[in-house]
Amino acid sequence: MKTVFKRTPTLKDCPTHYCPGCGHGIAHRLIAEVIDELGIRGSTIGIAPVGCAVLEYDYIDVDMIEVAHGRAPAVATGMKRTNPDKIIFSYQGDGDLASIGAGEILHAGHRGEQITVIFINNAVFGMTGGQMAPTTMADQITATTPKGRNVAEEGYPLCVSELLAVLPGVSYIERCALSTTPNIRKAKKALKHAFEQQRNKAPGLSLVELLSTCPTYWRMSPADATKWIDNEMTKVFPLGRLKG
Amino acid sequence: MNLLVVIQMAGKININIERCKGCGLCIMACPKGCIIVSKKSNKNGFFPAKSDNTDCTGCGACAIICPEAIIEVFHNQSSKIETIAEPAKKPKLSLMKEKA
Repeated sequence: MKTVFKRTPTLKDCPTHYCPGCGHGIAHRLIAEVIDELGIRGSTIGIAPVGCAVLEYDYIDVDMIEVAHGRAPAVATGMKRTNPDKIIFSYQGDGDLASIGAGEILHAGHRGEQITVIFINNAVFGMTGGQMAPTTMADQITATTPKGRNVAEEGYPLCVSELLAVLPGVSYIERCALSTTPNIRKAKKALKHAFEQQRNKAPGLSLVELLSTCPTYWRMSPADATKWIDNEMTKVFPLGRLKG
Repeated sequence: MNLLVVIQMAGKININIERCKGCGLCIMACPKGCIIVSKKSNKNGFFPAKSDNTDCTGCGACAIICPEAIIEVFHNQSSKIETIAEPAKKPKLSLMKEKA
């Protein structure tokens, strides 16, 4: 018997604290596989977000740092400027990147910092109890919008990738989904390209947005949550390469 | 005449059931439908996914979608796989009906 798939060494062999069916586990595994395939485990520094993935440093076996809420691109800027030969990536959720950290990511892209940002978009604040996030879609029911998000009062969902794609300092942006096996394969290709961009010293910021599931606060089964990404979320957040 | 037939499938998966959270994504992803929910819970109280490996082709769809990364996929060596069924022969099509 020949082993064709097993746990990659960079992903630590320990159980995660995520809810059953959460997309964070898939995203962690893809990042670990890409780091192993590129052979950059010794020269990579990661930045863990505030949010559900706050304990990411327990799962990925590279040097990682925990920073203040939303300030990961600002810290990554300093780390990259002082260590230009290291690979710096930040892992941020939508409450972290699109809400409190919107200014930081916008100006990091505007300055053209050579960092890689992995943006997990699950349309709610998962850690604090499923409140409305900037990326929550119109008429989506959350803990703070029990009748659905009313665009007249709470505004429209924020498409961060489209916002950043117009900046000249950004080199690569792609949006993928962690819903089905083909989409996860595409997401891994996108992550690999983003890390290669930084390793090859391509000028500019590279960002990969991953549409992820939150079955607990979407209040559906994990299998239904993946279908909801394909049927509903991709209408507002279309998949594909936006730049680069 | 030896009637013993050893059925050897092209693939096999191994699920670490003590770490499984029973989300069911692998059951949704399996194209052959050969992963089922176990009736016996693990030590964390989840009902884990269980493979019966009856029809596994080793495609790895379950391992790619597993959020806990606890599925290992194996392939049999190609020389050892035996063909146990052959496709039915299609009848020859002819424009003219043959006369008896």
